[in-house]
Amino acid sequence: MKIAVLSGKGGTGKTLVSVNLAAVAKTATYIDCDVEEPNGYLFFKPKNTQKQPVAVKIPKWNAELCNGCRECVEFCKFNALAYIKDKLFIFDEVCHSCGGCSLLCPQKALTEENKVIGNIEKGSSDGVTVHTGILNIGEVSGIPIIKLLLSNNPTQKEDWTLIDCPPGSACSVMESIQGADYCVLVAEPTLFGVHNLQMVYELVQLLDVPYGVVINKSIDSENPAETFCRDKKIKILSRIPFDHILAELNSNGEIAVRTDETYRAMFSDLLKTIQKEVHSETIAHSER
Amino acid sequence: MKLAIPVDEKNIEAPVSESFGRAPFFLIYNTDTQENTFVDNAAAASSGGAGIKAVQIIVDYAIHALLTPRCGQNAADVLKAADIQIYQSMPGSAKANIEAFEDNRLPILDEIHAGFHGGH
Repeated sequence: MKIAVLSGKGGTGKTLVSVNLAAVAKTATYIDCDVEEPNGYLFFKPKNTQKQPVAVKIPKWNAELCNGCRECVEFCKFNALAYIKDKLFIFDEVCHSCGGCSLLCPQKALTEENKVIGNIEKGSSDGVTVHTGILNIGEVSGIPIIKLLLSNNPTQKEDWTLIDCPPGSACSVMESIQGADYCVLVAEPTLFGVHNLQMVYELVQLLDVPYGVVINKSIDSENPAETFCRDKKIKILSRIPFDHILAELNSNGEIAVRTDETYRAMFSDLLKTIQKEVHSETIAHSER
Repeated sequence: MKLAIPVDEKNIEAPVSESFGRAPFFLIYNTDTQENTFVDNAAAASSGGAGIKAVQIIVDYAIHALLTPRCGQNAADVLKAADIQIYQSMPGSAKANIEAFEDNRLPILDEIHAGFHGGH
């Protein structure tokens, strides 16, 4: 079962929810797709970590073979190439690694070479396999790392896979929730929180992935996030209280379910609720 | 000497466009013959790399200088390779800017922005 945890902004509690769900599931795979600032490993402190570099293909120009026909420049839809004064300019950060230019070149003057943009680290933490995507500073897009993270981990129906998504609702988030069975939208109970919830709510609807909301830093009184979910008929899976103990555990880099009985019970319930939701969604889908 | 100026309309009296890479047209002006031509900017609708493609378009007109209010880093790199000098245009028409250029009243554009990339 592949569960993606996302939110419209950073600091809402994606990592709190995904880390604790993975830890409470006992055997699980946790994938940190927030490659610009991965932080799940700070809680899991994985052991026996292995590192795998992630590279993209960038064209390489051979000046001696080039006859200046510019077919590559005309072809590139991303405008990553320019041909000026008998020299080809290649803009690595604009290139999308489609490989078209090197396929097309009639002179075979373009080949592809690897450019490392980051790493994937894999380790273990008490039954949880922890995968962390790390994008090198200065690189434009972490999507190739997210793609590799997810393709390295094909879904096994019985196993739990928790995907900690990047914040927001842009391409990297879309990539992270591709193939997810269910999306958990983490939201704060504030007006600002609702604005961000609206963004991811629209995204999961657009991509037609079943979803439910977890309200973090929840307060007992009526709040904008509760109202939003009620109006839109969105299922609230859990309410994580605005609690000093939890904040302290979290800021000390501890996993709440591994140290606190109350939170162990709470996240265990949340996991069961999600399991039920996925199950009923699967049935509903097959009946559609 | 040939100049290129990004413009919003095919009219020498029209104001200089706010953007270089995404201007709809370029005015190519020959200061020796006072001839002018308007070129469609095929880069305007690009999803990315508009500045790079826009330079590729104007380079083929063998221009010497570009008058523009701003310019991104990638475009500036290609312009430099092509030995095209960038001058900072002032608010007003393309025509007024050509006159200012000819009177040496336009400064060299040395403030290159990093580009408006991202959001993906």
